Amino acid sequence: MPSTQTLIHAEHVSRDYRLGETVIRAVNDLSLQICSGEFLALLGSSGSGKSTLLNLMAGLDRPTSGAIHVRGQNLAALDSPGLARYRRETVGMVFQSFNLLPRMTLEENVELPLRLAEVDRAERSRRVAQALEHVRLGARRQHRPSELSGGEQQRGALARALVNEPAILFADEPTGNLDSATGEQILLLLREIQDTLGMTIIMVTHERPLAERFANRIAVLSDGRLVDQLAMQTGARA
Amino acid sequence: MKGRDLGELAVRNLREAILRNSLTTLGVAVGVASLVAMLSLGVGLQTLASERLTKSGLFDAVFVTSRRDFRGPGGEGRDGPPRKSSAPPEKFKPLDEGARQQFVALPNVVDVYPQIRFLTDVRYQGNSYSTNVLGVPESSRATSAFDSITGKYFSSPTAEEAILQADFAKELSPQPATLVGQEITLRYAERRAVSSDEISKEQDIDKQLDEMMSGGISIVSREKKLRIAGIIESDPSAGIGGFGGGRVFLPIRVAEQLHAAQANDVQDFVRGGGSGKPTYAALTIRVKNPKNVQQVEDAIKKLGFNAFSLLDAARSLRLVFTVFDLFLGLFGSLALTVASLGIINTLVMAILERRREIGVLKALGATDGDVRSLFFAEAGAMGLFGGIFGVALGWLIGQALTWGTTIYLRRQDLPGVKISFVPWWLAASAIIFAVAVSLVAGLYPAGRAARLNPVEALRYE
Repeated sequence: MPSTQTLIHAEHVSRDYRLGETVIRAVNDLSLQICSGEFLALLGSSGSGKSTLLNLMAGLDRPTSGAIHVRGQNLAALDSPGLARYRRETVGMVFQSFNLLPRMTLEENVELPLRLAEVDRAERSRRVAQALEHVRLGARRQHRPSELSGGEQQRGALARALVNEPAILFADEPTGNLDSATGEQILLLLREIQDTLGMTIIMVTHERPLAERFANRIAVLSDGRLVDQLAMQTGARA
Repeated sequence: MKGRDLGELAVRNLREAILRNSLTTLGVAVGVASLVAMLSLGVGLQTLASERLTKSGLFDAVFVTSRRDFRGPGGEGRDGPPRKSSAPPEKFKPLDEGARQQFVALPNVVDVYPQIRFLTDVRYQGNSYSTNVLGVPESSRATSAFDSITGKYFSSPTAEEAILQADFAKELSPQPATLVGQEITLRYAERRAVSSDEISKEQDIDKQLDEMMSGGISIVSREKKLRIAGIIESDPSAGIGGFGGGRVFLPIRVAEQLHAAQANDVQDFVRGGGSGKPTYAALTIRVKNPKNVQQVEDAIKKLGFNAFSLLDAARSLRLVFTVFDLFLGLFGSLALTVASLGIINTLVMAILERRREIGVLKALGATDGDVRSLFFAEAGAMGLFGGIFGVALGWLIGQALTWGTTIYLRRQDLPGVKISFVPWWLAASAIIFAVAVSLVAGLYPAGRAARLNPVEALRYE
């Protein structure tokens, strides 16, 4: 269950991109609050600015103006190593195209954030096994991504995002490359993670029915602005 | 990221594009090999020259004369007019047995011996041959002159044996090798000092010389039987201040005991101040190592004698080889410079191919420094592997050069030489240099990878 404590607070956030002489405002004076333990779906059509907002909140990008406070810390004020530490310690990310490194086994892919965080080898091994068990891929640990199905790859990516035990999980169109049945399995898994680990999940999607079924709240974006917010009934409907 | 993890990831990444990375590493190896082969040739030739020169006995010797040799007794030139000076005449130290013992006591001195060289008549199988005899010190055993001796070196420092110079041996017998073990007889003039109390009272040098000629020393004809121990091609003391020129060599202690009259006996007698005390025209001092020469030379000068060595010549030789090595190194480095361009090309290609991977690493929390270090580690690993392989390849090239040269020299009836030598410091420096060059080559690609925007990198297809 989401608490009432604000975890992320975006204040008048704008993000401009320059294309030659043209300036494109991907996010336009957007303000949003996300509570701890919430499952928020950012919904919108292509080019609405939902992925840009997700990247800003995940610390992959910086706003042109405005501030994003996470646990009271303004991400815009962090330097490059500070933002990297934020991504390493507070954030887990899942992408539409899975982004597992093809030359590594599943186990090595999941271990990667722990290597970056300089976690001891013995501890790494334990946490990788635990994360893979969580997504039910314990038997596929030695397989390379090319030997896994799309759903397995996304579950593997989810294990990699969870292994550092982050407070917030960002998922950018996690079902975009999957068939509907597999996509639903992934969202069920996300919901299970939210329930069991109390993790805050922010998911970008353009599939309204899935968002309505799994998220606690839907934020609708259009032309970089927040145009609507809808609170959902709790609990996924299978 | 920890160093070990960085290394593992770098090697894994290199293994993925095995063909391209192997070719780049091979480029580094060829560059290092050319550098090592060139420098090993320089080091080998320098070592060869140093060994030969050290064995020649030229560079571990200090030659000592009395200061009187240059100004005449009492500090006045013998031929010029007397100097008008109010200062009392300087007392010059005689180069006698006392001085010799002083030199023996100096640190790092191995041997001190005079020049014993005199005319003789050699009798063999009823025939007579005029030639020069030269006393040879025990320390000359190590010189290269005795490397290819027919027969053996003197059995002891006091053995009544002779070693003949090859051309002289041919005069004695058309088959010189058969002379070893045979006996020859030396006829020589023995010098005997006579009492010179009256002569020493005289102050005029010309008068002293006149007296000497008439009765200061006496000359007696003597004979000495010697066994021929060996035959050598070259003179063991040739080229040092005119000390060479001997054709029959005796152990110096045996030569000294003969008290043979030498060409400079008259001069020696004058130098002794008419006291009859024997002095030496010159002494040769052998030191432990060429690097001790300067120290011994300085000590002798402090004792009040003239000292001369070929140290300056050795220094010039070292300078020539240093410049030679520098140029060889520069030419060798050219190939490594070309190889470093290969590293830059490979890593820039890798950045283009692994753009998305860099984005993922950054999304997972890698800092710019982590990404930079990863590409640095890959460049360094190529340098390390290329360096190790290149040193091995360079050593093989050196061995091939030595092998080819040896075959060529043997065909010319010359002994083989090791012209290439890879000392440990050259191997280690070449590997370190290869890694350093590779890291410098990796600077630009690593910096470029580190600066990649993660959002743009993740969007890259």
